[in-house]
Amino acid sequence: MTFSRTYDHDHEPDGSGGLRMRFAFPLLLLPLVTALLGCARTEHASGGAGDAGSASESSTLSLKGSDTMVILGQRWAEAYMKANPGATIQVTGGGSGTGIAALINGTTDICESSRPMKDKERDDVQAKRGAPAVETKVALDALAVYVSASNPLTEISIPSLRGVYLGETKGWKAIGGPDHAIVLYGRENNSGTYGYFKEHVLENKDFAPAVQTLAGTSAVVSAVKGDPFGIGYGGIAYLEGIRALKVKKDDASPPIAPSLQTAQDGSYPIARFLYFYTAGEPTGLGKRFIEWVKSAAGQSVIEQVGYYPLPKG
Amino acid sequence: MTSPSTAQTGEADTPAERGARSLRRQGGLAERAAEIAIHAVALVSIAAILLILIFVGKEALPLLTSPEVHKEVTPIGMLAPIERAGQALYMWQPVSDVPKYNVLPLIVGSIKVTLVALVFAVPLSVAAALFVSEYAKGRLREVVKPAIELLAGVPSVVVGFFALVTLASWIQATFGTEHRLNALVAGLGLAFAICPIVFSVAEDALRAVPRSYREAALAMGSTRAQTVLRVVLPAAAPGIAAAVVLGFGRAIGETMIVVMASGNAALLDASLGRSARTITATIAQELGEVVVGSPHYDVLFALGAMLFTATFVVNLVGERVVDGMRRRLGAGS
Repeated sequence: MTFSRTYDHDHEPDGSGGLRMRFAFPLLLLPLVTALLGCARTEHASGGAGDAGSASESSTLSLKGSDTMVILGQRWAEAYMKANPGATIQVTGGGSGTGIAALINGTTDICESSRPMKDKERDDVQAKRGAPAVETKVALDALAVYVSASNPLTEISIPSLRGVYLGETKGWKAIGGPDHAIVLYGRENNSGTYGYFKEHVLENKDFAPAVQTLAGTSAVVSAVKGDPFGIGYGGIAYLEGIRALKVKKDDASPPIAPSLQTAQDGSYPIARFLYFYTAGEPTGLGKRFIEWVKSAAGQSVIEQVGYYPLPKG
Repeated sequence: MTSPSTAQTGEADTPAERGARSLRRQGGLAERAAEIAIHAVALVSIAAILLILIFVGKEALPLLTSPEVHKEVTPIGMLAPIERAGQALYMWQPVSDVPKYNVLPLIVGSIKVTLVALVFAVPLSVAAALFVSEYAKGRLREVVKPAIELLAGVPSVVVGFFALVTLASWIQATFGTEHRLNALVAGLGLAFAICPIVFSVAEDALRAVPRSYREAALAMGSTRAQTVLRVVLPAAAPGIAAAVVLGFGRAIGETMIVVMASGNAALLDASLGRSARTITATIAQELGEVVVGSPHYDVLFALGAMLFTATFVVNLVGERVVDGMRRRLGAGS
């Protein structure tokens, strides 16, 4: 209506059409604006209404979250899709926090996380998805402390590691290394690895401001590789061209190298589980996929990637 | 649709006039339609920018208004230092038991990296533009100009990767910088990214200087170098200033290169050899994770609004300066 009326005016000889036209264009934009707003609203609505069951009707499944787990997730997806033609599984990274946010907002079916969900996040899942967050442990990771291959240091205790990352210990010499300042590398704060390290090594204190935060464990690895005085942390699977230090629980404990055995029996002090989260009990493809991941076939993929299968029983 | 007006005006006309008008109207209609389409496209882009501005402002607003958010962070708290062990600390630690949102290290980081980029890129690009517009001839110019402008097509992630892997090692080996990834490396990477823009705009400005200026200068007995440096360059100054402003805007808004090459440690110092964290890198690294509507989320949007305002103000001031220069030059001639 608005459109046709404006059109009429254009044919009036008084030349005021141009002016009215200018008036009309914002009106023409209205549908666009409302459409945009509408989109935003429906997205929220589907986030609220859709429960875990909604996505499982189709044969597509999305996994999103931890950068530590993204390669693992992809290998799982490839192997599963090979064994079950017709199923499509998409895996994306972004960080555990990103995956959890996606689970809360209903934009992923399964969230991959390298840290357990916080209570606040569980509440958010319950509130927005109308179903509790269901946790499945899928693999085991030993969080490795990386140093350059040329660094003479071989072991570190958790308290010294804490001192280093809190910025209290500034030189390698104090912990038995070369006489040079320590260059700290870490992960950005949406990373599950960041969260795990902060909680289990730093006792929830703040990282030193000098910690350089890099996107993805592979960035940390390449930084440490190029920096003879660098130190970093990340999943054991990324160990390439650098060395992982043996870790002592405290100064009196024996140094333990990260390995399948020490991670499974719990003697390696910073071993952690890797998780899948769903909103509500998984159903359909999600359920079949998670069961397969926990089966012998799924667990055998883990070691190819470089992490450790779950302890048996 | 158009019946009332047509009926009224149609009555008094002769058939010939009516035919002529209907012809005119058909042409007019098509033209109008095209005009509407073009206007609509232009307005959509303006509307998109406005909507983004409104959206960013809206998301940042709780920082000013919400008492809930003020329990965790206030605008003044974003600038004030934290006292710890007798030291005034400026910390950016948004994920913490006690979140700390001091933005000074980020602002300083952004400025540091941008200045490094400009210091390297501007003289280099302007010199290159001078060469191409004043000295290079024929084939050489045909090759050099597009080659430099082609650099603008290098994706910033590629530049970032180069800076991260190659440039950083080289800089550390040469200058012995404390951190391998630092403000200098990021700034150099950025310089690489803004060179083509500054070059291209500056070259256009130099080219636009009328031929008569050069001829007059030469006729007065100046050498080639005198002509270029004392006549052509000053005459093109407004355009070159515009090039610098554009380069600044691109540099301060660039994200990928700084995320990859600056190390992203939020340190408040003037050192170029240490890691720096920029506003853009902070938004890129943290926005993916934040809970929508949390204080952290609002702060990130406030950072975005700040960046938006900064580039807007610089562009505006830049435009004024350029205008002023242009007018002064115009009056002089």
